[in-house]
Amino acid sequence: MFETVLVANRGEIARRIIRSVQRLGLRAVAVYSEADEALPFVREADEAVLIGPAAPALSYRNVDAVIEAARQTGAQAVHPGYGFLAEDPRFAAKVEQSGLVWVGPSPDSIEQMGDKIRARNLVAAAGVPVSRGTERPVADLAAALAAATGIGFPLMVKASAGGGGMGMSVAADEDGLRTEFEKVQGFAARMFGDASVLLERFYPRVRHVEVQILGLADGRVVALGERDCSVQRRNQKLVEESPSPAVGPELRLRMVDAAVRAGEAVGYRNAGTVECLLDTETGEFVFLEMNTRLQVEHPVTEMVLGIDIVEQQLRIAAKSPVSFDPDALSPTGHAIELRINAEDPTRFLPGPGTITVWEEPAGEGVRVDAGYAAGTTVTPHYDSLMAKLIVHGIDRDQALERARTAVASFRVEGPKCNLPFFAELLAHPEFVSGTYDTGLVARMRS
Amino acid sequence: MATEIRAEMVANVWKIVVTQGDTVADGDTLVILESMKMEIPVLAEGDGVVSALHVAEGDVVQEGDVIAVIG
Repeated sequence: MFETVLVANRGEIARRIIRSVQRLGLRAVAVYSEADEALPFVREADEAVLIGPAAPALSYRNVDAVIEAARQTGAQAVHPGYGFLAEDPRFAAKVEQSGLVWVGPSPDSIEQMGDKIRARNLVAAAGVPVSRGTERPVADLAAALAAATGIGFPLMVKASAGGGGMGMSVAADEDGLRTEFEKVQGFAARMFGDASVLLERFYPRVRHVEVQILGLADGRVVALGERDCSVQRRNQKLVEESPSPAVGPELRLRMVDAAVRAGEAVGYRNAGTVECLLDTETGEFVFLEMNTRLQVEHPVTEMVLGIDIVEQQLRIAAKSPVSFDPDALSPTGHAIELRINAEDPTRFLPGPGTITVWEEPAGEGVRVDAGYAAGTTVTPHYDSLMAKLIVHGIDRDQALERARTAVASFRVEGPKCNLPFFAELLAHPEFVSGTYDTGLVARMRS
Repeated sequence: MATEIRAEMVANVWKIVVTQGDTVADGDTLVILESMKMEIPVLAEGDGVVSALHVAEGDVVQEGDVIAVIG
């Protein structure tokens, strides 16, 4: 195996990767921006290299600076974490061309899954269920109306160039489509300089359920069970749990089979996640997209399986077998992750600041992956994730109880913090019963 | 009656969606702010005409700054 791994990321995920690298007896190199000098991941790495100013384009997204840091420190492998350069096929290719080991899937897999429409068509051909929708942008209203008869109402009118929930609108019927099509087209032209519009089937009540996969060094693709990520605000996840309260043994088999097929369709290596929408009314699921990297919420899978996913990523990158028997996985109990963000608990608006008090909960089944500590500053340059609180219990009830206790004893002062939202959520009948869907947070705030 | 639309937090002005003189309806997106990698749409509160737009793309707004006036 390689001896030194450069971690091309920051905050909680850099720190978490560094921990696994060091536990395996390897050296960890951190790279950091001027804004992050005081953060724990910089101190805890065996070596740290300043790669630029705060702006991500000049530091964490700066391909040449990251590669140069690897050269300087003699690193032989690069772990990208999530975000920044993790899903940039050109970066992955550059790492490999520089004679370094890329801890992730091939640049080709990243590229194939990166184009959402191409990915959907590709997995559909491999027998994975996909949502009915247009395979390419519709030119005008007449084409939209024609396409709508094949898709059925209600449907989602969506700007091709959009993302993060913007430029999306639901049409209940033909009249609605006439209005919404023009609206979305106009919005897309003004916003993105691209008026292309896609139509997709709209599911009023869905859960977001995803399957963790690993493409092994020997070529097999295996699944590590599912995670439910339906507690979202602005289409961004706040809470994840495994197993999903909505997935029984029969559905799990079908979802796992679909996820493995999706991975096999691109000859996938290393860790990846197949995201699906689960229609709560019919119990049917459709492929949404594949994330070709380590996921923020990977710890809930680690807690129920008792394996370290980052360790497996490093092993696979080194062309070694994984540390467990993929044919004898035995999930135990239930795990829940809460994303502790620097944002207010009511409207979820971000608010950076210097942390004056930081007291993490501890106890049986409690894990905290934090990027910050008392005295450090959450700056406006990066996302608002300060820490992940992960709890594990013998069943969902115990996990919920441990989550309540942990939230009550977690103290953060300085920046805005969404901890009070979790206290509310963990007492909410819909969440407690496990019957919630992606509309839960909006309902709590309406 | 004119309504002033104010910024609720420190943020960068990422996109301007409307122009002065546009007719908007309650809930229409006027401007999109960006803070901590989050895109936050600023919406019209009520129907009317955009009578003033006080920001440009790339500006930094402070909490309480007037972004637009709907008259």
